[in-house]
Amino acid sequence: MPKQPIHILLADDDEDDRLFFKEAFEEIKIYTSVKIVNDGVELMNHLTQDNIQLPQILFLDLNMPRKNGIDCLLEIKRLVHLKDIAIAIYSTSSSDKDIEETFIQGANVYIKKPSDFNTLKKILEQVITVNWQYQTSGLNRDNYLLSL
Amino acid sequence: MKLYLKFDSNIALKKIVEEQLDKLQMKFDYLGFAEIEIDNAVSGSEIKELDARLNMYGIQIVENQKSVLVQKIKDAIVEMVYSEEKLPISNSAYLSDKLKQRYGYLSSVFTEITYTSIENFILLQKAERGKQLISTNEFTFTEIAYTLNYSSVAHFSNQFKSVTGITPTAFQRIIRKRRENSIILQK
Repeated sequence: MPKQPIHILLADDDEDDRLFFKEAFEEIKIYTSVKIVNDGVELMNHLTQDNIQLPQILFLDLNMPRKNGIDCLLEIKRLVHLKDIAIAIYSTSSSDKDIEETFIQGANVYIKKPSDFNTLKKILEQVITVNWQYQTSGLNRDNYLLSL
Repeated sequence: MKLYLKFDSNIALKKIVEEQLDKLQMKFDYLGFAEIEIDNAVSGSEIKELDARLNMYGIQIVENQKSVLVQKIKDAIVEMVYSEEKLPISNSAYLSDKLKQRYGYLSSVFTEITYTSIENFILLQKAERGKQLISTNEFTFTEIAYTLNYSSVAHFSNQFKSVTGITPTAFQRIIRKRRENSIILQK
């Protein structure tokens, strides 16, 4: 792993979830820098500013007010400068149909929100490690699908 | 007006490194991705000078032997997984033979640098090869399982699922639908 932090962006409207997430990233052994936005509108405003540090991976909550995760995903995939950001959807839904639909729309990772902290830490660590392989080991990003 | 640039980082890297080395009049061989061989006679201060010049482009000289070894292990694994021949029976024997190092050493260095294990990396690469073969739509799952050295389709499917979280069938369906979608978008 590099000396530079891995840039992570999180969009979630739930305050508890945001905290949960932030703490999990602080505790895993991989060096990360986490930026957090509170909903889809804020997310798109952030990503379309000039001169920002684009994230290597975006964690996107599906159910958000104002603009939901799927709408954000579709918008991001249409924007040339954003479409290569890895997108990890996370949601309370674990229906295969929902999972497949988000993959078809271009998501790379699907995370079923775990209820306990240690599982979340484990999952995030796994996602970051796999994502790192896609960035450094010349894997074909078109085939980057991971469901946890 | 905004212009978006598409670029090949490998070509950019090679060009920058070559220009800087030429300026310093160092003799070198560009060995491929991010690896150069320079004359042993080059002094430490010259290397420092080169590093300072490259730093302006966000490039660093990694003298770390361990990182270099990890890259070689990865290359050997990729070569192994993508070879036309059937995979070797023992991964550890293959790697230690290829890299002329004890497997225990390779394994501990790999884990230290990448936070994942050689075994996991091989599983990931095999799943990737599986994905690639599936997405060509030219092979049956039985043929793919055989190519990747699995004893049965069930074994292949289980391992694919444990690495990616989805079944080979679901993967195939998702990729197909994505392609249909992108064709519709282009029309």
